[in-house]
Amino acid sequence: MKKRVPLVITFVTGFIVIISFFIPHRPFGPLETDTLIWYSIILGFTLLIGVDSLVRLHVRQMRRRKAGWWYSIVFFAGFFYCLVIGIMSVIRTPNPFQPGTIFFYGYKTILIPLQSTMFALLAFFVASASYRAFRARTLEATLLLVAAVIVMIGRVPAGYKLWTRLPGIANWIFNVLQMGAMRGIMIGVALGAVAMSLRLILGIERTYLS
Amino acid sequence: MIEKKRNLWDWTNSINRGIIYVIIGIVVILPILLGLKEEVQISPSVSSAYETIESLDSNDVIIISIDYDPASMPELQPMLKAILRHAFEKDVKVIMLVFWPLGLPIGTEGLEEVAKEYGKVYGEDYVNLGYRPGDRAVMIDMGKEIRNFFRTDVNDILLDSHPMMRNVHNYNDIALIVGLEAGRFGEFWVQYVGSRYNQRIVLGVTGVMAAETYPYLQSGQIEGLIGGLKGAAEYETLIEKPGFGLTGMAAQSWAHIAIVMFIIIGNIGYFMTRRK
Repeated sequence: MKKRVPLVITFVTGFIVIISFFIPHRPFGPLETDTLIWYSIILGFTLLIGVDSLVRLHVRQMRRRKAGWWYSIVFFAGFFYCLVIGIMSVIRTPNPFQPGTIFFYGYKTILIPLQSTMFALLAFFVASASYRAFRARTLEATLLLVAAVIVMIGRVPAGYKLWTRLPGIANWIFNVLQMGAMRGIMIGVALGAVAMSLRLILGIERTYLS
Repeated sequence: MIEKKRNLWDWTNSINRGIIYVIIGIVVILPILLGLKEEVQISPSVSSAYETIESLDSNDVIIISIDYDPASMPELQPMLKAILRHAFEKDVKVIMLVFWPLGLPIGTEGLEEVAKEYGKVYGEDYVNLGYRPGDRAVMIDMGKEIRNFFRTDVNDILLDSHPMMRNVHNYNDIALIVGLEAGRFGEFWVQYVGSRYNQRIVLGVTGVMAAETYPYLQSGQIEGLIGGLKGAAEYETLIEKPGFGLTGMAAQSWAHIAIVMFIIIGNIGYFMTRRK
């Protein structure tokens, strides 16, 4: 029973969504709408599972005094700040993210600078990694190095000033060489996804039940 | 133990990462502080994105999907503002929706700022639908009726109480979707909405995502592609309203030059030390 019910649900919902793609009329069209709304609701609840798992992890870390356990205090400070201020803002206005609310103030003064800083650090790491990794050690490495330098310079205004044809060469690398490889990868991934979906719908693939 | 003396080539072969960080920091910060602006060459992909919006009639309705958060804001926010300026200039009506919950405030801020510049009225010229979970499910079902998922807007006001929404029900009433993407949602727009409902789509993506999005442009599944900060700068150039895209482009240009210089210096050092 524990296995049959999920298998039947998977088969029926998968079947409805596939059929309604080809026959979007009654009864399949409205059934698909219901299925999609359920999916959206279930997805909302998965956030709660995520929160539960995150809180448990940090409580465990604090109890066991694991290395860096005090970072968990920062987590709980942020967590309760969002929870309390978020609920307060929702009571006052339907949209807590409305500019002017205290929730928005926290978002703007804490979250935006933190996320931007984390992402900006990439510039430094990429520069350092490029310097170390792009060495002409072998023929393949040299080809990669040359392509990277052309694209890096050709995609910025300096490339055009250096040589007017450089952006064209960079675009050719992008549109021909890169695109061929990327398309091959995408077709492969899509075929794999079709095969895996069929295995799931037909109940051949059951690892998600464990 | 005799310590081997490091010569110039050894140094160029292994420059301390602190020096690299300082130089990158300087070449990124200085152009922004000085407000330098670089002239950019318009690429065909951005040009076709511009032409697609340019071809819209006044009172056409477009959807702008905010699928990014503050981490990708420096690249995608200038795109959002440039596209909004172009749309409002042409009196095109805008519906904004969000699939990344943390993108809602920055999207709202951008929308309100540009709407104010052009004197646009909420509910008549633009509507903010806010965030809904369920991404692909929402995208597919909006093809039948937008109200299935968005009965109210971000401020909990019924959609039908907004004059511009009264005749907007599904993709048949939407002239174009513009997806601003920092993740996989651009692909979802193409696969679940473009292919199923024949919806016209333009995507604006971060620089690192441009490579994987280009095949959709070449196959005609999207009508334009704005890639990274450079794309934003090109769009600002096309609408003749310079913004952060062009300022940021100067910083990016100098940073790329610095990285290439480091690569060249590193390789010279590598070959000279190998010779020995």
